[in-house]
Amino acid sequence: MVPETTGMPKLHMAIFAILFVFLVALPFFVYPIFAMKVMCFALFAAALNLLLGFGGLLSFGHAAYFGGASYVAAHAAKVWGLTPELAVLCGTAAAAFLGLVIGSLAVRRQGIYFAMVTLAFAQMVYFLALQLPFTGGEDGIQSVPRNPLFGVFSMETNIPLYFFVLAVTFGGILFIYRIVHSPFGQVLKAIRENEPRAISLGYDVNRYKLMVFVLSATFAGLAGATKSQVFQLASLTDVHWSMSGEVVLMTLLGGMGTIFGPLAGAAIVVTMQNYLATFGAWVTVIQGVIFVLGVLLFREGLIGVLARWFKRPL
Amino acid sequence: MFELLGIPPQVLLGQLLLGLINGSFYAVLSLGLAVIFGLLNIINFAHGALYMMGAFVAWMLLNYLGIGYWWALILAPLITGAFGILLERTMLSRLYHLDHLYGLLLTFGLALIIQGLFRNYYGISGLPYRIPDLLSGGNNLGFMFLPNYRAWVVVASAAICFGTWFMIEKTRLGAYLRAATENPVLVGAFGINVPLLIMLTYGFGVALAGFAGVLAAPIYSVNPNMGADLIIVVFAVVVIGGMGSIMGAILTGYMLGLVEGLTRVFYPEGSAVVIFVIMAIVLLIKPEGLFGRAA
Amino acid sequence: MLRKIAFGTVLGALGATTALAQGIDVKLGVLNDRSGVYADLSGEGSVVAARMAVEDFKAADKGLNVEIISADHQNKPDIGSNIARQWYDQDGVNAILDVPTSSVALAVADITAEKNGVLIDSGAGSTALTREQCRPTTIHWTYDTAALATGTGAAMTNAGGKKWFFLTADYAFGHSLEENTAAVVKENGGEVVGQVNVPFPAQDFSSFLLQAQGSGADVIGLANAGGDTVNAIKQASEFGITQAGQKLAALLFFVTDVHALGAQTAQGLSLTEAFYWDQNDGTREWSKRFFDTHGAQPTMVQAGVYSGTMAYLAAVEAVGSAEDGKAVAAKMKEMEFEDALFGKVKVRGDGRALHDMYLFEVKSPDQSEGEWDLYNEISKISGEEAFLPMLDECDFTKM
Repeated sequence: MVPETTGMPKLHMAIFAILFVFLVALPFFVYPIFAMKVMCFALFAAALNLLLGFGGLLSFGHAAYFGGASYVAAHAAKVWGLTPELAVLCGTAAAAFLGLVIGSLAVRRQGIYFAMVTLAFAQMVYFLALQLPFTGGEDGIQSVPRNPLFGVFSMETNIPLYFFVLAVTFGGILFIYRIVHSPFGQVLKAIRENEPRAISLGYDVNRYKLMVFVLSATFAGLAGATKSQVFQLASLTDVHWSMSGEVVLMTLLGGMGTIFGPLAGAAIVVTMQNYLATFGAWVTVIQGVIFVLGVLLFREGLIGVLARWFKRPL
Repeated sequence: MFELLGIPPQVLLGQLLLGLINGSFYAVLSLGLAVIFGLLNIINFAHGALYMMGAFVAWMLLNYLGIGYWWALILAPLITGAFGILLERTMLSRLYHLDHLYGLLLTFGLALIIQGLFRNYYGISGLPYRIPDLLSGGNNLGFMFLPNYRAWVVVASAAICFGTWFMIEKTRLGAYLRAATENPVLVGAFGINVPLLIMLTYGFGVALAGFAGVLAAPIYSVNPNMGADLIIVVFAVVVIGGMGSIMGAILTGYMLGLVEGLTRVFYPEGSAVVIFVIMAIVLLIKPEGLFGRAA
Repeated sequence: MLRKIAFGTVLGALGATTALAQGIDVKLGVLNDRSGVYADLSGEGSVVAARMAVEDFKAADKGLNVEIISADHQNKPDIGSNIARQWYDQDGVNAILDVPTSSVALAVADITAEKNGVLIDSGAGSTALTREQCRPTTIHWTYDTAALATGTGAAMTNAGGKKWFFLTADYAFGHSLEENTAAVVKENGGEVVGQVNVPFPAQDFSSFLLQAQGSGADVIGLANAGGDTVNAIKQASEFGITQAGQKLAALLFFVTDVHALGAQTAQGLSLTEAFYWDQNDGTREWSKRFFDTHGAQPTMVQAGVYSGTMAYLAAVEAVGSAEDGKAVAAKMKEMEFEDALFGKVKVRGDGRALHDMYLFEVKSPDQSEGEWDLYNEISKISGEEAFLPMLDECDFTKM
């Protein structure tokens, strides 16, 4: 159990600090776009983990918020000409709203049914992304301009953009960390461990579930909106159900309910997709194998295993 | 010619019949899924991939061994079923003590592996499989031309569905099965080999998927992606029918085929999504599904 | 960058002899679908074709050090654009080849313009590549939806198929194919009696085919591609639609699709392609070499990668460097090309490559003498006739 509800344990603070320094230096060693992709997916996985790992709710439709936000942000930047921070804000707000609508219906169900409701709604969002006039159907929204940040700082080259993305995603991940270690997070944990007991203690369980759902959707949206600014593109890939599966894979691989697991999982999956791209369909096979091994042998995920070795929550 | 509002009744009739044919596939597939869920509490995400495998096995039997459609109809489900048993023994059986969600994730991974492997070896264009001579041709029903093979699909699916329902609800084996679903420990104490029962059930559910695959092979091209999107739809069917309800899965399968058929006339773009709309509505109003018992 | 451009121009002025002494590094990236619906018509075969082009161009003898890399864009614009960006930024790729799937091609075209590379697109069909989204560095080599529409649409309308019903794959490519074809049909005195948007991808077309049948159309236009078209054709034959006299027009169909479908089901289909392996001695000889390495006959997309690569290398040789994509693309628009597969090819100011297109008909099983003996040539359509006229704002030679 993690008793801390205030402040951050030294270990976590140290890891975050090292991670931050590492990320600041990273774009000078690896390809910045790739690094930005990893960060966006890390935030996405962390958002899902907030719901799955800490709330105990498996959403099989998180692509809806990720992709929905990326469409709105892309549209805002391209058609309305908004600056990146405002475009991202628009996308995130849209995801929060979508999360509120879907979440308020979904939290009334549990377990498998919850997963299926989220999937059903995500399919509808996919359908909208395919059919609505502003989404560009199969083409998606392409050539999204990189407008200057706050209308001042040029984002044309990769490095300034990188630091913008770093600020957004790192900030998002820290925020999620705060949520998990707040009193609210403790109530979530109580609900996950034993829902009837939480009810008997007088907690309005569904309200808590809805809140965590909306928060999770919001951060997934933040990740998606940011991604659309990086790739200058919003596409159907981001709203397809296989994207929902992918982010579950990342979280599972890294370790559900751990702080750093989703980040590690995202980094591994994205790296793998990137470097194995030449192997064609083998990428799918390898992903499948990792899924299977993950479920059979490493249910705690990589970071979960490490945490057990070090006997510290990570 | 093409009336906008008053769609001619013969067109409507034709579409309903086609809906029934599609429903036949949904029924067999969702039946398999429901049987597995009923006993194993596992959402078999690999069902679509195994359906595809059934079609491929039929194709391989024909092209490598010269074994035709009718034998394939028996052999392919057996082979896919055996493969399913292998999966159950080596992997799924390790997950029974855990949350259902792990079963879902594991089979999701298995689906990726199976589809990826077939894609590597057979490409994506699809392989042709001919309609058996006995069933080629068709009859003009007045309102539409009904190919004999499609008629056979409806008959075969109805027979299989009825047979399965009968076996589970009316025979001694079925009674064991149902009892094991309710209380595996107690049934085990009576000297019934529950793990064996579970293994065979999974194999049977998978065999049903394989059977649907063979049925589909002559109509659709045999192609590694044929089950990829179908699985989500079939899933929705099972959820609407009520998880684990045999009759629910069968009836919902046919019913949704019909609904989808109608949507194709009135709003074709929506035919891919109508099932999910229904699923969301059903889950919100009657979460246990149309035919399910309250959890 | 500026220095490099200046260097390139000087080299170009000095001509090929200097280049030979220096050696020109050229890196080509074949970006296509290696695992999805278009893997068979592009995929590894396109890489094989590009390699053959480097060989046949005798690049090494001419002082060109050509390297070819390849990747799978999985038909997703985000993956494709990510790879393209990385290739230009990191791996020093000079030109990207093939790129089927219009949505990906359009994304890659933008990045190519931004990074001053060259995109020689063979696999994608969208006319937007040389129209609404034309870029100075885009060369569209093999075909586009308009050319397919002109070929198949005009031929079938003139042959008496006046009333058309479209089954349209419900996404951008399908709609553009339908739109182009409908225009051609009307131009030739036909009419469109109805259309239905089919969700993509679809397995079961029977219900839509039945609607098409009920419409009383002469021709059912299939504005879709790949597995969708294959399924639609199979089911049309199963439901006795073709036997009852309605004709099918497969608006985008490749030799690999016909092969998958079999001559029995596909017989009598009209289709438009830029290349067929069994056209003349030149195509046969090349296709035999291709077949020996790849195990299947080439599609027009793969042949187009070969032809486009030959042309690109010739332009690089003439410019003397591959660094400045804009310069190489401009050079390609000045030169004239000829090869065994596409014959004479001229690249227009907007990047559209003009060459002959052909209308083929699929042979019946008793005419067909082998697994791959599939087409009869019906007519030849000149490049000027087949492709849409150039838009003034896209003529980059005048800028």
